Amino acid sequence: MTRYLLIGTGVAAISALEAIRSVDERGEVSVVSEDPHGYYSRPGLAYYLTGELEESLLFPYQKADFARLNASFYRARAVRILPTEREVELEGGARLPYDKLLLATGAQAIPLNVPGANLAGVHKLDNLSDARALLARAKRGRPALVTGGGITALELAEGLAARGMKVHYVFRSERYWPAVLDETESRLIESLLRREGMTLYPKTELTEILGKNGKVTGARLSDGKVIPADLIAYAIGIAPRTGLAREAGIACERGILVNERMETSLPEIYAAGDVAQAYDPAAGKHVLDSLWTPAREQGRVAGLNMAGQPTDYVKSIPFNVTRLAGLTVTIIGAVAVPSPLAPLPKGEGNMPSPLPPLPKGEGNAPSPLAPLPKGEGNAPSHLPPSPTGRGAGGEGRGEGDLLAIARGDSETWRELPHAIIAQSGFEVNRLRLMVGETRLLGAVVMGDQKLSAPLQKLIRDQVDITPIRSRLLTPHAPIADILAEFVSIGNGKQVNR
Amino acid sequence: MFSGLFRNERARREALTAGQVTPDSSRCVQCGICSFNCPIGIDVRRHAWLGQPVINSRCLTCGECVARCPRGVLTFERTNLFAERRK
Repeated sequence: MTRYLLIGTGVAAISALEAIRSVDERGEVSVVSEDPHGYYSRPGLAYYLTGELEESLLFPYQKADFARLNASFYRARAVRILPTEREVELEGGARLPYDKLLLATGAQAIPLNVPGANLAGVHKLDNLSDARALLARAKRGRPALVTGGGITALELAEGLAARGMKVHYVFRSERYWPAVLDETESRLIESLLRREGMTLYPKTELTEILGKNGKVTGARLSDGKVIPADLIAYAIGIAPRTGLAREAGIACERGILVNERMETSLPEIYAAGDVAQAYDPAAGKHVLDSLWTPAREQGRVAGLNMAGQPTDYVKSIPFNVTRLAGLTVTIIGAVAVPSPLAPLPKGEGNMPSPLPPLPKGEGNAPSPLAPLPKGEGNAPSHLPPSPTGRGAGGEGRGEGDLLAIARGDSETWRELPHAIIAQSGFEVNRLRLMVGETRLLGAVVMGDQKLSAPLQKLIRDQVDITPIRSRLLTPHAPIADILAEFVSIGNGKQVNR
Repeated sequence: MFSGLFRNERARREALTAGQVTPDSSRCVQCGICSFNCPIGIDVRRHAWLGQPVINSRCLTCGECVARCPRGVLTFERTNLFAERRK
């Protein structure tokens, strides 16, 4: 009888558990996690913060579901893997034996490194306990300061705004999320945030958190300004929780390296989810995703392999639907745009910074095929990290506001595709396509989401777009109409509305 | 004057009664907003996890879950044997 040990209770672990049980009904499964809340929807925390969801709804599984899976759950912290003994040591000294071990320890927020970061009232958003703590401190009509980038920073900002707080959003880059969004998209989000009543501080850093009696009272910014605030919330990137693996001698880069079977470098040890850095055959390297669907799929593949059913993980096109400033946004595939200007030399030590300096001169020259985004050439912005020539450099993947990827994020989105950009939009609806030689390589859909699902399929299935390619690239082409017609008639199959 | 309004309403009703709610699991993050908003308490989220259409006979096809899902997981799919193509 095989003894399975899973570390973690996120979606990767639960998915692995289900997969194991689909093959092996009799094996002994133990699940260890220090999260007192067990399995819940981590992405759902954004809706919990805004008040759209009650806390009890975050839990997809009830007692009966866990009973059906027939596993022993331990609320404990795993402190050491003993690969030779095939055991894992828990805090307190107890040991659990394994024949097959899964590491699904997830990722955690990179801590804010400024004076005052230890004061009460400085918050991150890793888990349900963090969300509860944040809500307990959120007071209607009081000021809050949010800093960082990507999706999580806006989840924090919008959650606090929804609770009636007056939100100050401080970010280091020239515009919101320059590694993934183009300038027009960033500006659209920024204008919506301002309309929601937030105050934005671009090109600004937090230099010190101020407090009294151990509690946050405000923050000092890089321009010297002091903003009073009851709480500070930050999202400057996440780091895979690789400690256990590294200490056991398992090969890691930014995350735990796994092959297509989700096996690590040590026998009988697997990894899945945010902690795993999985091989992407298309990119020819291992990449990080922090997305629900890949985590679930990696967990499933790991579980099947652990239970003796050989299965390969096929990395799908990274995809997320999120809400930025109240606007629904779908991001699919490789969507980075080349910067119109060379990157600014950053981190020259001119001001104290919560973030380590960016490596200078990052990024290769923009692809010759990719034209500049139209009408945008004045604003300096960072080049997205180059898809090539990067070492396994730990913390070096800065993009201004994020030291690494954030939650709901994918390294693949930052890839500069060899593509021509087609875009159209006005007001709050906008569509940007990354048009390759014969297929679409990526898309950003903002506002009206009718084309979100069809585009996901076109990009995932690598559909040949030759029949419409030249029309898509005609200046001022109605690309949404062209696509809508193509997906409903071109493939002869009905597309979801 | 109201004909457009009624036509839209009629088309909507027809779509609702001739359809079932179908999930695209790859878009779902199990947040539970669909289940939370179902007026008769169907666990729509579980269907989305399993990739199964909501074939519960009590489903009113009211469209609440489809409209509330923040990620476009749910759509109405026609259950008619013959797809009547409407322009």
